[in-house]
Amino acid sequence: MAVRKPPITTREYWAPGHAACAGCGPAIVMKLATKAFSEAMEEKYGDPNAFAIAHATGCMEVVSAVFPYTAWKAPWVHVAFENAAAVASGIEAAWKKLGRKGKILAIGGDGGTADIGLQALSGMLERRHNVVYLMYDNEAYMNTGIQRSSSTPYGAWTTTSPPGKYSIGEDKPKKWVALIAAAHQVPYVATASIGDPYDFYRKMKKAASVDGPAFVQVLAPCVPGWRIPPEKTIEVAKLAIETGLWPLFEIENGDFHNIKFQRFPKDGKFKRPIEDYLKLQGRFKHLFKRPEAIQELKNQIKELWRILGKEVELP
Amino acid sequence: MPMRKVMKGNEAAAWAAKLARPKVVAAFPITPSTLVPEKISEFVANGEMDAEFIKVESEHSAISACVGASAAGVRTFTATASQGLALMHEILFIAAGMRLPIVMAIGNRALSAPINIWNDWQDTISERDTGWLQFYAENNQEALDLILIAFKVAEDERVLLPAMVGFDAFILTHTVEPVEIPDQEVVDEFLGEYVPKHAYLDPARPITQGSLGFPAHYMEARYKVWEAMENAREVIKEVFDEFEKKFGRRYHMIEEYRTDDAEIILLTMGSLAGTLKEFVDKKREEGVKIGAAKMTVYRPFPIEELKALAKKTKVLAILEKDVSFGIGGAVFTDASRVLVNEKEKPILLDFIVGLGGRDVTFGQLEEVVEISKKALEGEKVEEVHWIGLRKEIL
Ligand SMILES: Cc1ncc(C[n+]2csc(CCOP(=O)(O)OP(=O)(O)O)c2C)c(N)n1
Ligand code: SF4
Repeated sequence: MAVRKPPITTREYWAPGHAACAGCGPAIVMKLATKAFSEAMEEKYGDPNAFAIAHATGCMEVVSAVFPYTAWKAPWVHVAFENAAAVASGIEAAWKKLGRKGKILAIGGDGGTADIGLQALSGMLERRHNVVYLMYDNEAYMNTGIQRSSSTPYGAWTTTSPPGKYSIGEDKPKKWVALIAAAHQVPYVATASIGDPYDFYRKMKKAASVDGPAFVQVLAPCVPGWRIPPEKTIEVAKLAIETGLWPLFEIENGDFHNIKFQRFPKDGKFKRPIEDYLKLQGRFKHLFKRPEAIQELKNQIKELWRILGKEVELP
Repeated sequence: MPMRKVMKGNEAAAWAAKLARPKVVAAFPITPSTLVPEKISEFVANGEMDAEFIKVESEHSAISACVGASAAGVRTFTATASQGLALMHEILFIAAGMRLPIVMAIGNRALSAPINIWNDWQDTISERDTGWLQFYAENNQEALDLILIAFKVAEDERVLLPAMVGFDAFILTHTVEPVEIPDQEVVDEFLGEYVPKHAYLDPARPITQGSLGFPAHYMEARYKVWEAMENAREVIKEVFDEFEKKFGRRYHMIEEYRTDDAEIILLTMGSLAGTLKEFVDKKREEGVKIGAAKMTVYRPFPIEELKALAKKTKVLAILEKDVSFGIGGAVFTDASRVLVNEKEKPILLDFIVGLGGRDVTFGQLEEVVEISKKALEGEKVEEVHWIGLRKEIL
């Protein structure tokens, strides 16, 4: 009897025993991303292990590399919060000189990418290093205890954007780093969500397969940061797609006129209201007393879609 | 046959980098070191140097890329100065803590504010506690030699620490002098290929680098850096010996000049040592028993050599182009620590000189000698002297 090849590789680079919270979204990202990478390396170079990882400071670094333990079954290095892209540039240059085939994976959270690491990211993309930068977006600084980042969505509670008499929570629209990355006209940029793991897997594989730099921004809910029960991680990540709040797209070579969308409703009408997404999460609880803030969030999402070239309807 | 060429200090540094055959160079321009990456780009462009040169977007990324490359197991070089070095500050600790033998050339320059591109040592002195070895060159030849020496020491398995080599802004970086360029084959013999056993990002034998160290381990990791720096003392001396055998030039942790019967010794670092030597000759003609000494290695601090030097003199006047606000000169502070428990010790005097490119003149040195003489005669003098201050504009 023919054995079907599993849809994702059974090889593991992210070992059990790391210290992430139960239900951690980013931990799922680590697992899937490295598997996808490995498959890409196998197809491209005939060696599933032909990659190394440069990691920014943040939750995923801290939970995976507590000396003398490690959760990593791949060559892995952490240096600082803001420089994963620059460190990856150095590794890539060294590998070139060593004649080693393969690709470097740089990993950072939204803080290490959208804020403090943006310059290093831009430099790495612009110099066309053969690196995939993976931004796991849990939409706040979780490692230091849930402070807002520029990738925190409008209205969200964090410890530095608390709702109050004079505040609705985070009061700025989310910064979309994928669009900034795409503006560098690099071969491949994509957004993804762990709510659609196959789509994420395919995109990571694609990112790892192209020659030159690639950037993937993946939505990854954080249990304490989003105030969700651990078993709801995937459901929340799915709802982000289904409500239209998290566009899934790919931009190749900075060609904004030919963006490829995934899971986009043919008629442009999203069926589930974003309220379904918001109400599962403690971080948006206060918005239900402020319907105008929810409306503002909807307006921002519509505007984002419009910039991406799509008119959408949000129920 | 070694070749003699007239060149700037920056070129000497670039030549040293070329001779050392680093596989990765990452650098960002800053006055007065800009010519170093420029020259290296030229070497690479002409195929004279087989390195990946990463034109990073900042010094922070320069050192980060060097850390990445070094963690991947290759010889790595960079150059900077002043604000650039300060921007690297955070990563300098990490490079040392991760035991990565990166070598960096520094055109020693003042720090802002006010912005000032000229020479003093505040930049490297401010990084003295990062765990980097520190060498200071008196002239362009030393800049070249010390960079080669720095690679050899840094990569020694007993050390495995990064190293910086300072040479004074403009006084050396932009001044031409004849420099002997050693033969590539001899340098190759001297340095050998860098084969790391502790840091490599190799898929065939995956390791985790840059872990989180809990209180149960952090202190031990820091102690290992301490121990490596201690080991470096012996290693540096061995390397100095080997360097002399291969290249014929002799280096010392502290180089002494006419110190044997001196009552006053002026101790300094970098290019100022050249001025001091001339000044000493002049004073000797006048019958003043004076000597000079130059600290070539500042980290690890040359403890035994300083004790030996101190035994020779009644006054040890330390002249330095840096200041630690609220206490005094850094070298002075370190020297005090070394001599504090010695039974017999000279009077130690602290002179802050030449900040931000101010010339250190013979007139100022006369002042230093006058104050030293007063101290010698038992008169009480200030503990910290700012020499050459323009009091009229204060
Ligand atoms: C230069 C610097 N500033 C601040 C910090 C403290 N810090 C460490 S991780 C972190 C937040 C990380 O947030 P993010 O990148 O979103 O990753 P997450 O923790 O959410 O996984 C901060 C502020 C640091 N390590 N270095
Ligand atoms: S705090 Fe959030 S990101 Fe960090 S380990 Fe827990 S769930 Fe994951």
